[in-house]
Amino acid sequence: MDFWSIWALLSALLACVYFADGVELTFELPDSAKECFYQEIQKNVSATLEFQVVTGGQYDVDVVLEAPNKQIIYKKEMAQFDSYTFTPEMTGVYKACFSNEFSTFSHKLVYMDFQVGDEQPLPGIGEHVTVMTQMETSSQEIHKSLNTIIDYQTHHRLREAQGRKRAEEINERVMWWSILETLAILFITIGQVFMLKNFFSEKKPSQMMNAK
Amino acid sequence: MIRLLFTLCFALSVLLNEYTYGLYFHIAEAERKCFIEEIPDETTVIVNYKVELFDPRSGGFMPSSPGIGMHVEARDPDDKPILSRVYSSEGRISFTSQTPGEHVICLYSNSSSWFSGSQLRVHLDIQVGEHAIDYANVAHKEKLSEIQLRVRQLLDQVEQITKEQNYQRYREERFRQTSESTNQRVLWWSVTQTCLLLGMGAWQMRHLKKFFEAKKLV
Repeated sequence: MDFWSIWALLSALLACVYFADGVELTFELPDSAKECFYQEIQKNVSATLEFQVVTGGQYDVDVVLEAPNKQIIYKKEMAQFDSYTFTPEMTGVYKACFSNEFSTFSHKLVYMDFQVGDEQPLPGIGEHVTVMTQMETSSQEIHKSLNTIIDYQTHHRLREAQGRKRAEEINERVMWWSILETLAILFITIGQVFMLKNFFSEKKPSQMMNAK
Repeated sequence: MIRLLFTLCFALSVLLNEYTYGLYFHIAEAERKCFIEEIPDETTVIVNYKVELFDPRSGGFMPSSPGIGMHVEARDPDDKPILSRVYSSEGRISFTSQTPGEHVICLYSNSSSWFSGSQLRVHLDIQVGEHAIDYANVAHKEKLSEIQLRVRQLLDQVEQITKEQNYQRYREERFRQTSESTNQRVLWWSVTQTCLLLGMGAWQMRHLKKFFEAKKLV
């Protein structure tokens, strides 16, 4: 092991501090609420903010992304899903806010993915100062493809969750509606009969009074 | 020499891990923040968190706050608690799901040593499935070469994909059952409603006829 490989290893390790993986979170956003997430990003490290509304109301949410100098670098209102990649021009804390303040009674379930930098390379891979062999290149390609598959699976799962929750909601609504309508029909039919009977019963004493 | 470098790599990555989860959010007193993870069964979930208390004197957040406890509660899809404990201000929690579905991880602080109206800054990192595996550790423990480690990572990823696909099949079945149940309910309800209307109409006529006959109007 010579000086260069040690240097490469150390620089790769230092890069770990800057090339941090992102976080994906699914959280509940109550009505008239706002949730903010802060992330420290270094200058020129590409970052991606991705979000999708899974359930709730009209499936829309307001999103705002603020730079450390309070400048708004991304803003979208009533959005259902989007993916925004940006390269920050300054180092600092970036703030991503999701707002449901326009809604009064529907709380939303929001999926958020905030990726910063590239994926952390496997330990030992950064040691290379020589060109990678065919095997290593192929396995890296496979790894990237599998990452894409996992990403697609996540999106598919979110869409399917959306459909499934809507179907469960419809199922429950149908049940409550049937029960309510049964009660309404019974109430109305019995009520009609008794009201009619009432009309005929009342007339009799007044007719007798008039006759007198 | 390679082993020494791997050991160094492993040690440094353990240290650096403490600083690499940068996403944080604020939580108020008695506020409860919940995160949902929809995962297949036999999947490992690792939650790393670090809590800082807002210091009104300096206007910033104190880096280490002893005495601040964080109540972490993890529930499985049937709403049974998997773990419900109070941890210190910095922690790492891991659990493995037994049933597929939506697992809920809730965080709230129950400590009373707060300044009133202050907030907590919570650094959070949730890693699921193959993201939860620490490859430096694996390489060190099993003494794998680079290619072997890479193949191991690919195997883990493929396993996670398989589990997720299996879970997808189970969810689709649930979706289909829900739709068929709705279909049945709508059909059953239409038939019942028609019969009910006919029945109530017949009852009304019969009842009123008897009433008018009694009143000698018919």
